[in-house]
Order: sequence, then C-alpha cells, then structure tokens
Amino acid sequence: MTEPPGLGLTVEVGPESLPDALAILKETEGLKFVQLMFQTGLDLGDRLGVVYSLYSFEINSKVSVKASVPKEDPVVPSACMIYKAADWFERETYDMFGIRFAGHRDLRRILLPDDWEGFPLRKDYVFPEGYGGIKHEREDICP
Amino acid sequence: MAEFRTEEMVLNMGPHHPSTHGVLRFILISDGEVMRKAMPDIGFLHRGLEKIAELIPYQSFMPYTDRIDYLASVNSNWAYAATVEKLAGVEVPEKAEYLRVISGELTRIASHFIGVGALLLDLGAVTPFVHALRERETYNDLIEMLCGARLTHNYVRIGGVSHGLPDGFKEKALKFVDHLEYEFLDEFNELASFNSILINRLRNVGIITPETAIDYSLTGPNLRGSGVKFDLRKDEPYSIYERFAFDIPVGNGMFGTVGDSYDRYFVRMEEIRQSCRIVRQALNRMPDEGDIRTRIPKAFKVPEGEAYVRTECPRGEMGFYLVSSGDRKPSRLKIRTGSFSAMSIIEELSRGVMVADLVAIIGSLDVVAPEVDR
Repeated sequence: MTEPPGLGLTVEVGPESLPDALAILKETEGLKFVQLMFQTGLDLGDRLGVVYSLYSFEINSKVSVKASVPKEDPVVPSACMIYKAADWFERETYDMFGIRFAGHRDLRRILLPDDWEGFPLRKDYVFPEGYGGIKHEREDICP
Repeated sequence: MAEFRTEEMVLNMGPHHPSTHGVLRFILISDGEVMRKAMPDIGFLHRGLEKIAELIPYQSFMPYTDRIDYLASVNSNWAYAATVEKLAGVEVPEKAEYLRVISGELTRIASHFIGVGALLLDLGAVTPFVHALRERETYNDLIEMLCGARLTHNYVRIGGVSHGLPDGFKEKALKFVDHLEYEFLDEFNELASFNSILINRLRNVGIITPETAIDYSLTGPNLRGSGVKFDLRKDEPYSIYERFAFDIPVGNGMFGTVGDSYDRYFVRMEEIRQSCRIVRQALNRMPDEGDIRTRIPKAFKVPEGEAYVRTECPRGEMGFYLVSSGDRKPSRLKIRTGSFSAMSIIEELSRGVMVADLVAIIGSLDVVAPEVDR
C-alpha cells in the first residue's frame, strides 16, 4: 500500500477480487467512493496492469485499486456493472492494451478502427507499415 | 390501398456534419422522428497523444497539450505542467501563478463563449453566435499580446509561464472584463438566454439526475448543471485559487427540471461572470516584481513514481496520470478529459428523444472531438 500524490491510498489486489473491492468501496456507508475518476492500463514489462481511481464526495478523499495480469492472456473482470463510467474507460483500455474485460456488455475497439491490428500502448508495439493497403512511406512521391 | 411499411430506420449522422461539434459520428436507430437509440462512434480525431508522450521529453510535449482541447489551450497546458511539477517537486514562482490564473480564466471565458455560441447555432439561432465571437475577438487580441498565438497558445511551461505581461495588457484586460460583466452579459441574456424559443427548446430536454451524472463520471459544468455543487477550484484548490472570492453557479431547474439542458447552458453563462471577477482580482493583486519561471535543466528528469493531478478545465476536469521510471520521457501518461465521459452518456440520454433534441443535448454537454479522441 502506498499513497502517491493525487491517487490517495493505493492498494494492489488480485484481479478476481476487483469487482468485490470496487463494490465495497462504492457502497459502504461512510466510504461512498462514487466517482470513478479514471481507469487505465499499464504495461509492466511481462505483465499488464489496470488502475481504478476513485473519489468520495462525502469524505473528500481518494483511493486507487490496482491489479495485474500476465501478458499472454490478460483477462480482468469488468466493473461496468458497478460504475457506468467504466464502460467506455474499459473499452479504451482494451483498445490500447488488449486487456479483455470479462462481463463487459460490448467490448470492442473505441478509438481505433475495428480492423486495426495490434495494441498500440504496449511497449512492444510495432508501428505498422501502412493501413488499408496504402503504405505510410511513399518513396515514389516523396523520396 | 397499399399498406404503409413502418420499420425502424438506421441513419448516419456522419462525421461531416454542421451540428456535431467536430468529427463525431452517431448511428441513429429511429422510428420516424423519435429515436430508439443513438450510438456514438468516436475515434476520427485520434492522434495517439498518449503514445507520443512516451517518445518525447517532458518539455517537448507541451505543444501537444494545446491540441487536447484547442479551445482552451492554456488550461490544458496548465494541467500537464501541474502534474509534472507535482511529481518532480518543481516550485512555481508566485508571479507565474498569477499569470496562469489570469490567462486560464480568460481562456475559460473564451471557451464558454464558443460552447454557448455553438449550442445556439445548432439550434438555429445564428445571431447570438456572432455576438459571442465578437467578444471573443477581444480575448484573441489579449492573448496574442501575451503569448503570440490566438488559438493554440503553448503559454505555460514546466516551472512557470513563458512570457510576462506586456505594457497595456492590464488596462485592456480590465476594460474587457468590466465590459463583459456589467454590459455584455446582461444584454446577451436579454437577447438569447431569456428568449422564449430557446427556453422551450432546452427545458426538460436531456435531464440528468445527480446520481446518474456522478455514475457516468461527468464533471465540470455538466455536473454542476445537475445540481451537484462541486468545483475543483474550491473543493480541491490548486495553484492560488484560495485567494480569490468567487461563487460556484449550480443548476436549479430555473425553467424546467434540475439537470436539463437549460441548466447546463445557464451554468456556463454564469461561470463567465465569475471568471470576470477572478481576472479582475488577480490583475489588481499581481506583484510587479518576480520571476515568471523556474529554470529546469535541459535534460530534465522526473524521479520514479506516479501522480495524478486534476484541474478544472472549461469542459470538465482534465487530469493527467503520470507514471515515471526516472527517465527523461514518461513511462505512461493517461489523459482524462471531461468530454470523454460526457460522450458516453449520450447513448442513454437519447432513448425516446427526437432528433432535434439530440442536437440540443450534444450542444448542452459541450463536447469537443479532440478531447474525446485525443
């Protein structure tokens, strides 16, 4: 447990316990962390991580929950039943990192085109040569 | 006599459209004029800013933050600089804080003019938009005197700001805010805000309850329009906002229900008035002497760690989540914008609503494409 600036108390939990942890933080009287400030993914080398950062108006404080999954098969239970804001945040994390959120009602790419290959924010992402059959480097018109 | 077929239509409110604020696409499933669902399709302005941030040094990323919300560049610059300064422990001199507040609040006024003007233009009221833009021209002149640019300012630097106040700026700015607060806003409200056609178009349209607003993580004027009195400048003060006296306008269902489009629109009009107060106070109290910038080394490194700083930008709270591994470039920079969450609520708000009301809802949420897509 650490307390980085602006994130509040930060705890790391196992991915299976994420929905329970978030539900407890949201619903317990006296805590009421109702606002999901942001949700994103992290590339931790050989693992992929997720961060959920919450804020409570009632007690004016923040808390963050992290989890990590192996890179080969990254699956995390979705929190979109708990926070409606998590819907689009998780779609973006899937789009950029490839982390699949089990139980999400409509997990598909949101910012990139549907037929994009690869997950850009991973550190081992290879920039593509072109898209849709047209190469980015056009030596014939711009040497 | 032939039977009329009645079936649902799937229409495309495409990225190229005069009434969507930037390149936003909606797929409408409608039964005549009444929609069953409007599904947003975003990503047309995705430029990969978060990936670019991992490839270039911290100082070099500042011009990219202009373009996260190009209508309120100074505020976006400020949010990024505040995050890096928090993690790196860089102190900002007092005069630079005053300059940030002055330029940030002036930019908030200008951004609200565009937001409100675009809403009115979409509804068909062409005249007030031109009036709002005329006032914004004075802001463009002021900010050009300050930093040389009219739109993408790149004014804030890590450790301070880039230029001090030139001669003549203070008088011109005071004249501008006095004109706005005591003459223009009342005139504009007479012409547009209390116009019965506008009230009838916006009242009870797109009602968002406070619980829904918080659940969808709406922030800024959208949240305050639903009656939740929460403003980061007062509730989580950053920079020197504690020194200034200003109010927080909140939606109160003036002509309809709390949380309808009219409330969100009127909250923005009142925020212009409050920003004028802040600018006046800041200009009068700013110290004449002092540094405007703390020098940082050319090979600027941020110590290992993570931080999240959120600031009140005109379209909501803009937060930067920065993870650093002790290098000259960030390891991960997540940009959280207010318009992204505002876009996500449109699908739920659009059920059973007419197409013309969808335009009013999008306009009242003040969504801009670059904030949504980054």
